[in-house]
Amino acid sequence: MKVLIKNGRVIDPANNIDAVQDILIEDGRISQLTAGIDAKDAEVIDASGFLVTPGLIDIHTHLRDPGLEYKEDIISGTRAAAAGGVTSLACMPNTSPVNDTLAVTKYIIDKAREEGSANVFPIACISKGMQGETLAEMGELKAAGCVGFSDDGRPVTSGELMRRAFEYADTFDAPIISHAEDLSLVGDGVMNDGPVATELGLKGIPWVAEDAATAREIMLAEFTGGRLHMCHVSTKGSIDLVRQAKARGVRVTCEVAPHHFTLTDEAVRGYNTNAKMNPPLRSQADVDAVRAGLADGTVDAIATDHAPHHYDEKNVEFAIAMNGIIGLESMLPLTLKLVDSGVIDLNRAISLMTNQPAKIIDIERGTLSVGAIADIAVIDPQLEWIYAAEDLHSKSKNTPFIDWKMRGAAVKTLLAGKVVYTR
Amino acid sequence: MSFNPKHILGIKDLTAGEINFILDTADSFKEINTRNIKKVPTLRGRTVVNLFFEASTRTRTSFEIAGKRLSADTVNISASSSSVVKGETLEDTAQNIEAMHPDIIVMRHSASGACDYLAERLSCSVINAGDGTHEHPSQALLDAFTIRQHKGKISGLTVAIAGDVAHSRVVRSNIYCLNKLGAKVKIAGPRTMLPPGLEKLGCEVYTNLEDAITDADCIMMLRIQRERQGKTLLPSLREYSRFFGLNDAKLALAKPDAIVMHPGPMNRGVEISSSVADGKQNVILDQVENGVAVRMALLYLVAGGEKLQENC
Repeated sequence: MKVLIKNGRVIDPANNIDAVQDILIEDGRISQLTAGIDAKDAEVIDASGFLVTPGLIDIHTHLRDPGLEYKEDIISGTRAAAAGGVTSLACMPNTSPVNDTLAVTKYIIDKAREEGSANVFPIACISKGMQGETLAEMGELKAAGCVGFSDDGRPVTSGELMRRAFEYADTFDAPIISHAEDLSLVGDGVMNDGPVATELGLKGIPWVAEDAATAREIMLAEFTGGRLHMCHVSTKGSIDLVRQAKARGVRVTCEVAPHHFTLTDEAVRGYNTNAKMNPPLRSQADVDAVRAGLADGTVDAIATDHAPHHYDEKNVEFAIAMNGIIGLESMLPLTLKLVDSGVIDLNRAISLMTNQPAKIIDIERGTLSVGAIADIAVIDPQLEWIYAAEDLHSKSKNTPFIDWKMRGAAVKTLLAGKVVYTR
Repeated sequence: MSFNPKHILGIKDLTAGEINFILDTADSFKEINTRNIKKVPTLRGRTVVNLFFEASTRTRTSFEIAGKRLSADTVNISASSSSVVKGETLEDTAQNIEAMHPDIIVMRHSASGACDYLAERLSCSVINAGDGTHEHPSQALLDAFTIRQHKGKISGLTVAIAGDVAHSRVVRSNIYCLNKLGAKVKIAGPRTMLPPGLEKLGCEVYTNLEDAITDADCIMMLRIQRERQGKTLLPSLREYSRFFGLNDAKLALAKPDAIVMHPGPMNRGVEISSSVADGKQNVILDQVENGVAVRMALLYLVAGGEKLQENC
């Protein structure tokens, strides 16, 4: 079985390639990458006018499977991924039960392999039961295929446990993936602390709640020599902290979410529960800082924090609505919008969604090297489309971007050489 | 002009002309409350549901009396937090009530934005009787009515408001209302109770009560909730009283004819001393009295105003 992708603009940041080339795929792997390939027996995909990139990689998603399948499951979540050009994703362990055991990890990996439309790399809990008390069996979980450890959404409050988590995870060469939040500073806040919260009469989550926790994680990573990946950095202060830490040689990487570089807390007006997430949408100064971090290399990856919730969980008073928005099908156009507005160039944009996130979770994906597994996105960068709820593949539709006019979309997504999505 | 809004959700969305129109309408209703027979047929056949998810004596009674004096059928529902425990959503509760065809729902709820939420989903009118720490429009209107009654005007006055601003819906509505009517608003409280960006709502912010009330025409003291003391915002009521309580000595800094207001319920000896609360400058019970007239005006205007009489 051969597939030939012809005449596309191939962008492979890992190999510094940006040129019109053909790609030949044989047995699920890339066998040739050059101009003018002729393979008579191959199925041909004409990519003229399109971008051909490594399949996108989203290292922060919630697939809600097992246990919360009414929001999303591995099948629907990976289908949404494929539609967004995403071929590999990492899923957070806050399922029901949480992923702190071999059994849950194997369930996720097996179901994804058998029924999924994307590669799924589980992230397991730092602590057993996500209780913040004792370490999960990281060695076994890593051996079973987990790519990192996180108590995402329920940050580890104990400094001692976090210190040991860095040391123990480093034993197995795995990163600690931190959702940084000082819970006492968050209190019962429900949106970014600032003038909009004051006006709406909603309790605020101050930026220092994120920054104080980010600072602790960085100091612990520096102290232990362990590897730290910061989730969804949303504040100017945390971007600065990561930048400074990198300059000192701390082993730290970070991701930002499209909503944090696209929207401010103004989007909450009208008590829009689809603009409620954690960390919350911040001020314009924070958005500017996140964008500056993307531009100067402080930010290593774009990740969605895809967090599906049922309509009923959002159709309530703002204060009691669930946190989070879906993102797998909007990451690509919102990132291309950054390119359009001149924040980053196209090659960097693709890199932030391919080889760079692959490096953070240490997976052999995210490039178009000859011999690599043929996970590929064929992207029409000019395609204009409406992000309509009824067209989305996710089970949930909780996002403030519904009905936005988008530009750029995956028109074909290939997983190990097999087409899993065609627009 | 005439003004017949579908809902009254907050002061922020009203113009000065609309606020004055409400106050003038209230003026015309005020006299009814002192008659021997305190009832007019204006809202006969209309149903007003007072849907209170939070305990309230003053506001609920005031709305109820206002409705009854206009001959509306008023129904009070105290939906305690137990209905939330039972699992019914706000939308379902409201839809069940709407199925009985009320004309107006007057709602108090602990969640900011709850009245906007209801108004978006129901076809009847909604009047906000206080939502979380967002707005309390009828309170601000009765406050403005009371100031106008005593000062003859609002434009050009200086109004000082002191207390737990972060947790006050009264203060937000009052800042909007007084600003729109041309008053200068000065806010005072300890830093722990002043939310960020407060000045953007249209006020000067002070951490010293004396600075805020000096030369004020009107002083409004906000209730300090007793459960706040000893937690993170406030060391003690005793200390609060010393620095932010209004007593005779501090009141002397204001203009000699300044009026003292309080939305109630008062903590005597905490934010306001008894001698000030009972003193000759206090207009606190006038506020309560005017509340009925203002709420009659709101019910009347929301129900259709002059068009009501044409239909009679």
